Amino acid sequence: MATTAVSSERANYLNAEYGIRSWLFTTDHKRIALLYLISITAMFFVGGFFALLIRLELLTPAGDLLTADTYNKAFSMHGQIMVFFFLVPSIPAVLGNFLVPMMVGAKDLAFPRINLLSWYLYIAGAGLYIWCMMSGGVDTGWTFYTPFSSLFSNTHVVEAAMAIFIAGFSTILTGLNFVVTVHRMRAPGMTWSRLPLFVWSHYAVSLIMLLATPVIAITLLLMVLERALNLGIFDASRGGDPVLFQHLFWFYSHPAVYIMILPSMGVVSEIIPCFSRKRIFGYSFVAMSSIAIAVIGFLVWAHHMFVAGISLYSALVFSFLSYLVAVPSAIKVFNWTATMYKGSISFSTPMLYALGFIGLFTIGGLTGLFLACLGVDVHVHDTYFVIAHFHYVMVGGAVLGYLGGIHFWWPKIAGRMYPEGWGRLAAVVVFIGFNLTFFPQFIVGYLGMPRRYWQYPAEYQVYNVLSTAGASILAVGYLLPIIYLLWSLRYGKVASENPWQATGLEWRTASPPPTFNFDETPEVTWEAYEYDTMPLPEEVTLER
Amino acid sequence: MFDNFPFWPTSASVHARYEDWLFIFLTVVSVVMTVLIFALIALFAMKYRRRHDHEATQIEGSLLLETVWSVLPFGVMLLMFAGGAVLYFSMRTPPQNADQVYVVAKQWMWKLQHMEGPREINQLHVPVDRNVELIMTSQDVIHSFFVPEFRIKQDVIPGRYTTMWFRATRVGTYHLFCAQFCGTMHSGMVGDIVVMDPHGYQAWMTNGQPSGGLAQTGMTLFQQLGCSTCHNMETQGRGPNLRGVFGNPVQLEDGRTVVADENYVRESILFPAAKVVSGFKNIMPSWQGQVTEDQLDQLIAYIRSLNPAPEGAATNAGAAGGNPPQSQ
Repeated sequence: MATTAVSSERANYLNAEYGIRSWLFTTDHKRIALLYLISITAMFFVGGFFALLIRLELLTPAGDLLTADTYNKAFSMHGQIMVFFFLVPSIPAVLGNFLVPMMVGAKDLAFPRINLLSWYLYIAGAGLYIWCMMSGGVDTGWTFYTPFSSLFSNTHVVEAAMAIFIAGFSTILTGLNFVVTVHRMRAPGMTWSRLPLFVWSHYAVSLIMLLATPVIAITLLLMVLERALNLGIFDASRGGDPVLFQHLFWFYSHPAVYIMILPSMGVVSEIIPCFSRKRIFGYSFVAMSSIAIAVIGFLVWAHHMFVAGISLYSALVFSFLSYLVAVPSAIKVFNWTATMYKGSISFSTPMLYALGFIGLFTIGGLTGLFLACLGVDVHVHDTYFVIAHFHYVMVGGAVLGYLGGIHFWWPKIAGRMYPEGWGRLAAVVVFIGFNLTFFPQFIVGYLGMPRRYWQYPAEYQVYNVLSTAGASILAVGYLLPIIYLLWSLRYGKVASENPWQATGLEWRTASPPPTFNFDETPEVTWEAYEYDTMPLPEEVTLER
Repeated sequence: MFDNFPFWPTSASVHARYEDWLFIFLTVVSVVMTVLIFALIALFAMKYRRRHDHEATQIEGSLLLETVWSVLPFGVMLLMFAGGAVLYFSMRTPPQNADQVYVVAKQWMWKLQHMEGPREINQLHVPVDRNVELIMTSQDVIHSFFVPEFRIKQDVIPGRYTTMWFRATRVGTYHLFCAQFCGTMHSGMVGDIVVMDPHGYQAWMTNGQPSGGLAQTGMTLFQQLGCSTCHNMETQGRGPNLRGVFGNPVQLEDGRTVVADENYVRESILFPAAKVVSGFKNIMPSWQGQVTEDQLDQLIAYIRSLNPAPEGAATNAGAAGGNPPQSQ
């Protein structure tokens, strides 16, 4: 039944052209989004494979499953792949690419061909990285600290750094495209104060991408030059400073944390109002807090270096600023919660992910306060406490937001509904698996277990066993959506134009949308999130 | 009972107890906030579940609420900031009268040298209730000296000295970990901190190899390397007289004034041209690559020993400066 519906479907971006060339040479932002979706999903599972190796090795205190060198490569490549080839591009390059033009009422991004170029740069970077991995990999940790990376490691440091260097340009181009699109391509009536918060958060994140990514590119290039030509910039025996690398690295890599989390906050700001049938509480505060995070986020990098020998007074300043950057995040959490007050709430899959996001991001954010606290950071720095904290933010926050967004906009992307029962089940499995994996790491970190340890004292084993058990549940939670989302492409119920009765412009065109998004340029005469004017969606049922 | 299922690390230094209180304060605040958010979500989820007989009430927002939930949490955060800063200041300010131990880290071992002579590898014996200062450097990559039971950690960096200090409060054997990833056997770069009672420590010291003090070795090296040809301790030679220099300000040729600490002495040996003392010529050769990290420590200990003993040199066990704040 469902399959016959496809043939009678009107022209859309999926059936506009066929053949591999129509995909590889497309300039349609929606098709490019799908190219990204496929490539980052592949990289996610490669990174996940390394996570699996790590968790299996840590099941026992002795270093027994892998050799020490293999283990070091496993956590290094897990980190590099997940950060640079999954988390940074995840929401912006897939959902942002697909949705930003539609949300502002445009036909495409400002520079469609540059958009395609950015995907090719990503593929070039990812390809080089995979090649580096196949030829033996890299063991520097994701942080590439000198002088270990520049003078001591005898693994494929140059290839890995260059792969990330190349992928960085893909990020810069995406950011550039978003900034110009939001400034120049808004439909008539789409004022800044009517922009969906998803667009606001992408605007903020694009500023970071544009300003911070060049710094990591330069930093990695310096490190590569040092390694190849022995320049001595980071070499103490030649008058250089190894700690300088850390300043440069974190000047990008702390803002990069916000590159990973801000888009998720944008997703959650769309989902909560929709499933509460309410205008978001404090629109301008949520919008401006994104900008505040982007700006203050540039001024906190040295909080990664409280035990690296920086001066006492600079440590004080960076601790203070790190507390300051927590305020806009707190504002967001309170506003999302307040949005639910007196709402009409339904618990569809995207909403479950959004609520999971709020819970886990709250814990991730609050444990960040421990790390901003100078005296406490001295103890927990470089222990599993830090690992737990940033996984709560990066996985509990960024990945849950990503999954919530994929489910929320799946009807628009695929033109099909996913099976609701399976969706909810996967959301619950991810939530449980995640907490079981990472909560014990707070405790074992406070006990003192350092990160990046291949073998560890036996008294830490209980917590590591819990973590590994949790990780296997989490893996199931990740595999389920792959299966049922693919299944839904063929067998899912055909989606209507606006199955959630959501307010954004992207819901005022066909599912899947036509190549140029709208049949005629929309004119916006209403404010954002006017849920009082929208009818209730059809009853969500668990039938497949 | 908790031997195989530890829940809280042992507190074995003066900083540990304060750090634990701070951690508990932060945890209480976090739990309250988490419970508040979770409870509100659960309450709203139940109370405002979608029903046919009621619609959502549209609310724009509230400036008052926004102000309250920005300012109040920030106020609490300032308390955290202050508490952490006080502890950090104490951790980073070694008391004047501390016993000094020189630490050289290398892939993948810790070499520790007591001022009084004994030399240890991957083990550090210290007496209980005495201030101990570690002066640390690395021969290769960055390492980090971490003792969880003392709640202290400091990166150990090639090309310069970083310092940390502690006062153990409990006899026992504690973990020493390298906390900064340093290559293949990073997780094998571990050892023990053995905290002993004063008598046991004395006995251990006298049983140790009688190699003479670190400064003594440094003096011999100073003669052997020919440093004493220019740096004459009785009259002013071609290089400055080093007596009484350590720890005091030095006027440089370019007009600046710097304090002659470990890092300055180290730099002056390895890169003599970097900071030339006022009134002297830039004629000293570089010793880069000619002296090892251990020998640098010996030379520094010797130059330090050229200072007259500080007035009223307090006994270490006393409560002289640099004590951690009292935990409430």
